[in-house]
Amino acid sequence: MAYSEKVVDHFNNPRNMGSFKKEEDGVGTGIVGAPECGDVMKLQIKVQNDTIVDAKFKTFGCGSAIASSSLATEWLKGKTVEEAGKIKNTDIVQELNLPPVKIHCSVLAEDAIKAALADYQKKADPK
Amino acid sequence: MKFPIYLDNHATTPMDPRVLESMLPYFTEKFGNAASRNHAFGWEAEEGVETARKQIAKLIHADAKEIVFTSGATESNNLALKGVVEMYHEKGDHIITSSTEHRAVLDTAKTLETKRGVKVTYLPVDKFGMVNPEDVRNAITDKTILISVMFANNEIGTINPIKEIGKIAKEKGILFHCDATQGVGKVPINVQEMGIDLMSFSAHKIYGPKGIGALYVRKKNPRVRIAAQMDGGGHERGMRSGTLPVPLIVGFGKACELCEQEMAADAARLSVMRDRLHATITKALEEVYLNGHPTERLPHNLNISFAYVEGESLLMGCKEIALSSGSACTSATLEPSYVLRALGVGAELAHSSIRFGLGRFTLDEEVDYAAKKIIETVTKLREMSPLYEMAKEGIDLKTVQWAAH
Repeated sequence: MAYSEKVVDHFNNPRNMGSFKKEEDGVGTGIVGAPECGDVMKLQIKVQNDTIVDAKFKTFGCGSAIASSSLATEWLKGKTVEEAGKIKNTDIVQELNLPPVKIHCSVLAEDAIKAALADYQKKADPK
Repeated sequence: MKFPIYLDNHATTPMDPRVLESMLPYFTEKFGNAASRNHAFGWEAEEGVETARKQIAKLIHADAKEIVFTSGATESNNLALKGVVEMYHEKGDHIITSSTEHRAVLDTAKTLETKRGVKVTYLPVDKFGMVNPEDVRNAITDKTILISVMFANNEIGTINPIKEIGKIAKEKGILFHCDATQGVGKVPINVQEMGIDLMSFSAHKIYGPKGIGALYVRKKNPRVRIAAQMDGGGHERGMRSGTLPVPLIVGFGKACELCEQEMAADAARLSVMRDRLHATITKALEEVYLNGHPTERLPHNLNISFAYVEGESLLMGCKEIALSSGSACTSATLEPSYVLRALGVGAELAHSSIRFGLGRFTLDEEVDYAAKKIIETVTKLREMSPLYEMAKEGIDLKTVQWAAH
């Protein structure tokens, strides 16, 4: 199976790969997936005044999973928290031209975004 | 050095130019049907086939009359299992095999279970992927008609104690089939000494052409009979009808002859190369795990897991090297390698496994390049891996509550 050019590009030149300190103010962390399933994504956002000013990822998984999370960090930057919540896995599938067997990678990326947002909100507004 | 580098010789091998040369006349001037008894074209083709039969038989210490040509090892496995079950169903309905067999054996056994009501015992393997002969003995019942255990595993290269299993089979008077697709031409095989009654193998794994294989069927002590699965002109002593593909058979013969002459030298050279590859990688990287037996393994096989790195992404990072992975992402089923799982390798390490298959035409510099590239890519992917980061922070990944999906 050949990879799309965009997947290869994200794989070879991952955007925003790395980590923020979890405790840092305004940082939301989402970790989704499981090692025994072959993919784990960690996605982090840094929020200031309700806007995502930075995002980072680390991913254990296939090329499409790495590309999906790399793309997600690109898209997250500059979005408000509300806008970020509207990113759909289907957008990722379309952008990266993922084949049907790799759709779960995009689902995982959407889950990671949601988990990071939820973690940020929980930290910002602990009830 | 030419790219891409081919290190997937368990999947298939390039044809040896000497094999191709032997085949060429049989496509054009010597095109006869080996079954044509009344003219020179037929005789010439038959002579080519009979020479090949002898070359093939010699490699495995069999008689030429015991070689039945098939389309490949998958068909040979089907013919052996289905042919024996059909022929001996009055004697019993139980067969014994192992859990790490190739799919051509496992799926045939499954079909026999569902369609013919055959009872199948799938023996477990130890942590190195080896079948215990005593497990074979203990699984035998008075209804057992066949034992089918592979010579060497196609993923991990572990070589089974075939001689011991053959001895038990003889003792109990049960037929013993061996899928030796990965072993023939790579390590010495002697069907007499090993007590093998039926044996599957194919040409394309030993630098011969694709589309031709053989089933060795013992002729005496005991005389093995199998029910044909293909009806027709009664070729191959009635066991496998169909016009013989003479050029392929001639190439198969030549490939076996070359293996007989060069196997020892190939094995010696490749095992040194393989061990160097393994040593270079383990010296540079931590948490690299060997899959399969440390010593009882094919000389050209290396299968290792790189913790915290997913196999498909590793292959993608080494795209100028042809390799194979036990990762689910490289399979159609989305399940990681059942062979590694049968050894007790955790799913996360099964996802992280890479199989190297060296071959007759593998060069030292290719292996050195592969080692360097693998080390670079694993290092890069570990930097990108949240699991590696967590492990470095001292988190025990086994205690983490993962959301399995």
